[in-house]
Amino acid sequence: MNKIFEVPLYAYERSPDQDAPTPVRHPVIVIGAGPIGLAAAIDLAQNDTPVVVLDDNDKVSFGSRAICFAKRPLEILDRLGCGHEMVEKGVEWDLGKVFFDDRQVYEFDLLPEEGHEFPAFINLQQYYFEEYLVNRVRALQAQGKPIEIRGKNKVEAIGTHDDHVTLEVQTPEDSYVIEADWLIACDGANSPTRRMLGLDFVGRVFEDNFLIADVIMEADFPTERWFWFDPPFNRGQSALLHKQPDGVWRIDLQLGWDIDKEEEKKPENVIPRLKAMLGEDVEFELEWVSIYTFQCRRMEEFRHGRVIFAGDAAHQVSPFGARGANSGLQDTDNLIWKLQLVMDDKAPESLLDSYDIERIHGADENILNSTRSTDFITPKSEISRTLRDAVLDLAEEYQFARPLVNSGRLSVPCTYDGSPLNTADALEQGPARTRPGSPCPDVPLGDGFLLPKLAGKFTLLTIDAEAPDSFEESGIEVTRLALSVKDDKTLALKQRYLGAAPSAVYLIRPDQHVAARRESWNENIFRAALRRATGQEQQK
Amino acid sequence: MTELTLTPNIDSADDFYADLLAAHEGLSKAESDAFNARLILVLANHIGDRSVLSAAIEAARRKG
Repeated sequence: MNKIFEVPLYAYERSPDQDAPTPVRHPVIVIGAGPIGLAAAIDLAQNDTPVVVLDDNDKVSFGSRAICFAKRPLEILDRLGCGHEMVEKGVEWDLGKVFFDDRQVYEFDLLPEEGHEFPAFINLQQYYFEEYLVNRVRALQAQGKPIEIRGKNKVEAIGTHDDHVTLEVQTPEDSYVIEADWLIACDGANSPTRRMLGLDFVGRVFEDNFLIADVIMEADFPTERWFWFDPPFNRGQSALLHKQPDGVWRIDLQLGWDIDKEEEKKPENVIPRLKAMLGEDVEFELEWVSIYTFQCRRMEEFRHGRVIFAGDAAHQVSPFGARGANSGLQDTDNLIWKLQLVMDDKAPESLLDSYDIERIHGADENILNSTRSTDFITPKSEISRTLRDAVLDLAEEYQFARPLVNSGRLSVPCTYDGSPLNTADALEQGPARTRPGSPCPDVPLGDGFLLPKLAGKFTLLTIDAEAPDSFEESGIEVTRLALSVKDDKTLALKQRYLGAAPSAVYLIRPDQHVAARRESWNENIFRAALRRATGQEQQK
Repeated sequence: MTELTLTPNIDSADDFYADLLAAHEGLSKAESDAFNARLILVLANHIGDRSVLSAAIEAARRKG
């Protein structure tokens, strides 16, 4: 058994809060030290907002769980100070193969676009992911940043008030009460916070079971994503093989609905299934086995007064498409800068409503894609299976059918079209991919890349356009980043930000999404755009 | 945008119909269903236009 599962990463320690005569009030408390909770806390602490993370456990999550991390979340992690460690440890892959019965019908290449600092995808076990985030927390603590993780601190009750939240917390020693101005609940799909507050979580249940196994083996399989529909070793069902670091392979086998989960999880039943898939002669060791069912659902609203939900606690999707952890990281990326402006009295509390609007838009997009993948992978009627098999049969022969093959539509960043924070696009002939609401695509600059220069603050990006070096509006500082296509050797800047326009000025949010753009600087227009992007002004 | 054609449009309609039946000859029910599914997909891709495809689905549904 891997040691990482056994060593407490944030062991219980007594907090002075437990002996305080009256409950101590914290600016922000995060429930859950998983990937999303830790990302939220790091984001806050990097900008000196004190944060306490409570977790009922004290170790990394057991088993590989979320393993596929996409470019956009890696860019977010880079802003949080740990993107590069993830990429160095992770396995990069571009090629996916799709098999039907006993033959390959199709293969796809993610064809990552040149000129990005981060790869399209890496595979990395969730336990490493969490470990690197905890390392980052420790590094921030060493710098004196106000961040704390309390292991074995289980929230038993939550009281909500107009301007704060009260938490009753159980520890191995005793229970205590603390308060928070704001509570961020990142406590997963079965969120106890959601349950304690009696909030809804509705959607669609898929009547299917998947066996998920991590095996350690020295195998010749290439670093590719292999997906099988109806293979000889798992008749009528699907299968997935994906490589992780350290010679660990992720295997997913669809089992159907009517099974005995406890029986199926036993090694004497799992091992023959894996041998049938991998070959009798392949030696492997079983590291982790789990059986899961899944649902596609979300909360009706992610914000409930002073309690804000993020990640799986707010929305749940099927695993096809890697849209769980990847979308959760986009939640906190969207939330934290808004929350900090509200806490600093630089923006009205209503700015947080845009978190709901933008991330519900993201969740709905993910649920739609993930539901469609699931319908294709696990057809629930005879005709649905007939059509699915027809697509696969045709895909082998004819190119036209290949885009219909759906073994998971992989996570792509969300564009917040129609967001109330956007100012209408005013860059004529500008590229569609950088319209207001879009996440900024990376661009190689002479000494590095564009995105790190846009991190964590409002930026005025000018390309061959004049503008002041900085301006302040409602106490929010905007600094200029001046670029020129003269220095743009790869033409990526021109292609991604100018299109046919001769020049451009972009207002970019702290989460690297475009708020406004036009051909040239105009003080009144950009001041209004900033007010709008911070919830202070509605579009006329 | 093209409109869905719902007036006679097939040359030698009887010949086409005979071809369609002939293609199913000797097939089991499951094979015929699979054939129909493949044919629908081939034809749908040839049409391509999403509004025509939606109108075709609606036209078929109304008579279903």
